Amino acid sequence: MSEVQIVENMVDITIDGVVCKAKEGEYVLNAARANDIFIPAICYLTRCSPTLACRICLVEVDGKQVYACNSKVKEGMNITVDTPDILAERRAMMEVYDVNHPLQCGVCDQSGECELQNYTLELQVDSQSYSIPDTKRETTNWSSVLHYDPGLCIVCERCTTICKDMIGDAAITTAKRGGEALDKSWKDNMPKDAYAMWNKLQKSVIAPSNGTGSTDCSDCGECISVCPVGALVSRDFVYTSNAWDLKRIPAVSAHSSDGFAIYYETKPAAIEDRREKIFRVTNEWNFVSLDGAARFGYDFENQDVSKDETAFKAAVEAMNKAETIRFNSVITNEEALMLQTLKEKKGLKLYNPEVRPFQNFLKLYNEASGASLYNGTTDTALKCNFVVSVGGALRNDSPGMKYAFNNIQKMNKGAGLYFHPVADKLIPTFGKTVETFTHKAGLEEATLYLLLELFADADKLPSDVKDYLAELGRDNLINMLGGDADAFNKNFEKMMKKKDSFVLMVGEDYYGHAKAENLAKLIVLLEETAGFQVVMNPPKANALGVALICDLDDEATGYTVGYNENGDFRLSALGDAKGDSNVLDMPAMNQQEGTFTTLSKRVVPTNVALEYNGYVLNDLMAELMDAPRETIEWTPHLPTDKGYQAMAFDDMLNTFDNAGRDNRGYLLNVTYDEVELPKVDKFDEADGLDGDIVYRCNPPRQFSDFSDKAHQIFEPFGLYASEDRAKELGEKAEILFKNGKITVDVIVDAKMEGDIVALSDFKSAQNVYELFGASRYQKVTIRKA
Amino acid sequence: MSLEQFKNRNVGTQNYVKLDLDHSPTTGWCQFKQVVKRTFKPELFVGLGVTFREMVNALFRGKMHTTQYPFEKLPISPRYRAIHDMLRLLESGNYRCIGCGLCEKICISDCISMETKYDENQRKEVSEYTINFGRCIFCGYCAEVCPELAIVHGGRYENASEQRASFSLFEDMLTPIDQLNLQQEYAGFGAISPNADENVKSTPLAY
Ligand code: SF4
Ligand code: SF4
Ligand code: SF4
Ligand code: SF4
Ligand code: FES
Repeated sequence: MSEVQIVENMVDITIDGVVCKAKEGEYVLNAARANDIFIPAICYLTRCSPTLACRICLVEVDGKQVYACNSKVKEGMNITVDTPDILAERRAMMEVYDVNHPLQCGVCDQSGECELQNYTLELQVDSQSYSIPDTKRETTNWSSVLHYDPGLCIVCERCTTICKDMIGDAAITTAKRGGEALDKSWKDNMPKDAYAMWNKLQKSVIAPSNGTGSTDCSDCGECISVCPVGALVSRDFVYTSNAWDLKRIPAVSAHSSDGFAIYYETKPAAIEDRREKIFRVTNEWNFVSLDGAARFGYDFENQDVSKDETAFKAAVEAMNKAETIRFNSVITNEEALMLQTLKEKKGLKLYNPEVRPFQNFLKLYNEASGASLYNGTTDTALKCNFVVSVGGALRNDSPGMKYAFNNIQKMNKGAGLYFHPVADKLIPTFGKTVETFTHKAGLEEATLYLLLELFADADKLPSDVKDYLAELGRDNLINMLGGDADAFNKNFEKMMKKKDSFVLMVGEDYYGHAKAENLAKLIVLLEETAGFQVVMNPPKANALGVALICDLDDEATGYTVGYNENGDFRLSALGDAKGDSNVLDMPAMNQQEGTFTTLSKRVVPTNVALEYNGYVLNDLMAELMDAPRETIEWTPHLPTDKGYQAMAFDDMLNTFDNAGRDNRGYLLNVTYDEVELPKVDKFDEADGLDGDIVYRCNPPRQFSDFSDKAHQIFEPFGLYASEDRAKELGEKAEILFKNGKITVDVIVDAKMEGDIVALSDFKSAQNVYELFGASRYQKVTIRKA
Repeated sequence: MSLEQFKNRNVGTQNYVKLDLDHSPTTGWCQFKQVVKRTFKPELFVGLGVTFREMVNALFRGKMHTTQYPFEKLPISPRYRAIHDMLRLLESGNYRCIGCGLCEKICISDCISMETKYDENQRKEVSEYTINFGRCIFCGYCAEVCPELAIVHGGRYENASEQRASFSLFEDMLTPIDQLNLQQEYAGFGAISPNADENVKSTPLAY
């Protein structure tokens, strides 16, 4: 296996007399931005398709007017940003946008960061030439988080574009406004692009695409963040703060393993309560799209903590007594290193059932491939045109990968295959060339064999595998995995047209699989013989960091200290320490600085958003052994043999540049050794599970106790089932596992299909990991309760 | 006058005018004569006459000039910047403040704080508003920036209080609803200029 190579041809172009380098095939607008040249533009979103809704990006290329956001650069192009004609067009467009726009900047949430305000000023609009009677448009709430005021909407379509091209829900679309038609005389009396833009604007508003009043979507809130005006705002935030009052703290989302770059935006909570409070989370929406947990799951801080010396003494005592520390993946690299140091110096066991299977799997993969880590990242995946997802509930587990899967379909004329035992109604809607396989749990090896059959270069395959594949037969494999061979074969031919870059997304199901070793080998074989790049989804938060830094044990024994987990003594950032002498407060992720290791193998810094006055893990370390004064002094000591660099926390950048390059922190070093092709085993069709099966899987937007604590994350703990299955089960169900049982509420997930039900694991107190063991699928007995 | 004049410290060359003072009495007798002369000049009685006349005017003719502070106060200029008033709309009686937060932002001593929320009528409601008068320097920026002429400087200039950091809430500053008819339009800092109409460009309307 080898590194993913991305070759980019550069061309020379001239913008306003300045000679610039630009990537071949790049849009003029992006090329200008990458060279720090400003071209006005409203509707264009980097990473999404140009919609030409605003037309304000008009520029002159070699004497012809074109739209900068949808014309590609060519060698020797000569671009002029402003000509008198273009300036007249732009001025007319801004006047049109201001026609009937409510004069309510004074109360509007967007004021101060409003693109309509900015461009109106930039183009010096100080008088109005156009008019048309207004249409009454009512404010509505589309979901539990979305608040839409059509009066303010300029129908730039950024919200619909991001939702379709990036998020994949396509939950909103343009709808009829029912406004008066434009007077024909305007056509002759105003610049023509401005007229065309107005004509469209006057006809449209935005509405949920399912025709009802509600979006029924994944509530990611990305539409809110891209909206240039105050038309889309989160229900919680409406009219609570002006943009300029908020302090922006660059941080990393603490929930999914994507490590999304976010800003916590804080100001004092109230007049009477001067403690800082997070009012919202924002992001660089041109370069990173958040999921609902990252955007709305922010208020999980451990409030009002002071140094409780008795609890601290008890904690030191507990640490001295402990045989095991149990923790999860909501932990920084630095803290993980502290725990590993404790293990090395004091022989403690480290127990982390969330990450342990993943760590195992990485090791198996490393042995089979010779690479220290998988070679793909979300960024390199976004450049592929064929994507395959195996072993993960894309919509639930890994928002970033779901977005990439969808974006590849929309932007790269891509195709996709989705293999999973739980059918999802959303995935097939990503594109016409997406095929989904709903196979039996347990047949994961068969999926990889099918992929070998479909993609591998037969010359490169070992002969025994070739023979085995011939014996299995393509059609038989397809049917075994729940597909329809005839229909699939026909579509697959179409799917493969003009495809040259392939990415395999591997999900959590594989890590704890009984045949994990064979799966890892098959993945390596796929890389070597079919040219797939591979991205793995670390189960949650900083699972990759924990997997690399800590040497985890298989079980907990003796006296156990739980860090945000159950234990005989607990270190907890969940705010449950008050009045309990067996718990010591810890800071939550929005009260800590430190680094995370993301799915994309990037080590990224996060900062303190909210005050915390209690003890931190480093204080405990100082008491138990030698420790530096500050937590971040551990950062340069992260293990270099695992790919980390000896970089100090304060030397890390936390930004994207104008070209969209992620400059946060640094990328892990990955080493590639030459090894022989692994020997793979055959599979047994009888491994496929039948009967009542429960899958350990959280609803989208839920990852841990921390996302659950946030007041805008509403998804409850429970048993999620398709509509039909939920009807059968009734309101409550009792699930009998081999080693225990649990009684939970049954909740409908309208996007699920089939009989497999999904049990949440985000509440550590419920100890769902113990019920399941390593595998995410369990055969159980489910009873009405 | 140029600065040169101040720099010239050579007394002899300048046009000093000398005071023409009488010689001081030298003997005891001379001193006695001077005292008697000054004491019994007729101007004394002229002065007493004025006092007497004004006393009669004040007491019997209703022409009192003394202001009975604190029961009585002199009118002050509309440009004077004293404790703030929050005005109401004359028609509806609603408070004028829209909660835009500009006063809070512009305040250079950072003494205004406010809280707003989305109310049941889909409007922005000002749920809390305070000015910390321990910090306010009465610069008038808030009144000037206010787009609604909602916050203005009133005439209440007595700032003595038991605490250094006394503050006022929205309700304290708001025109009492039963005194709405007494509310004066503000003419001071930040009020609309007399030629405002000339500076506005008209916008076409399609109705
Ligand atoms: S959307 Fe922008 S221009 Fe419109 S009212 Fe809000 S701040 Fe003003
Ligand atoms: S809601 Fe916002 S993002 Fe969507 S079309 Fe309207 S202005 Fe654009
Ligand atoms: S919240 Fe997300 S999924 Fe829902 S409409 Fe907005 S962008 Fe689409
Ligand atoms: S500037 Fe005026 S309208 Fe705005 S918040 Fe202050 S008092 Fe209210
Ligand atoms: S940005 Fe190019 S048309 Fe809107």
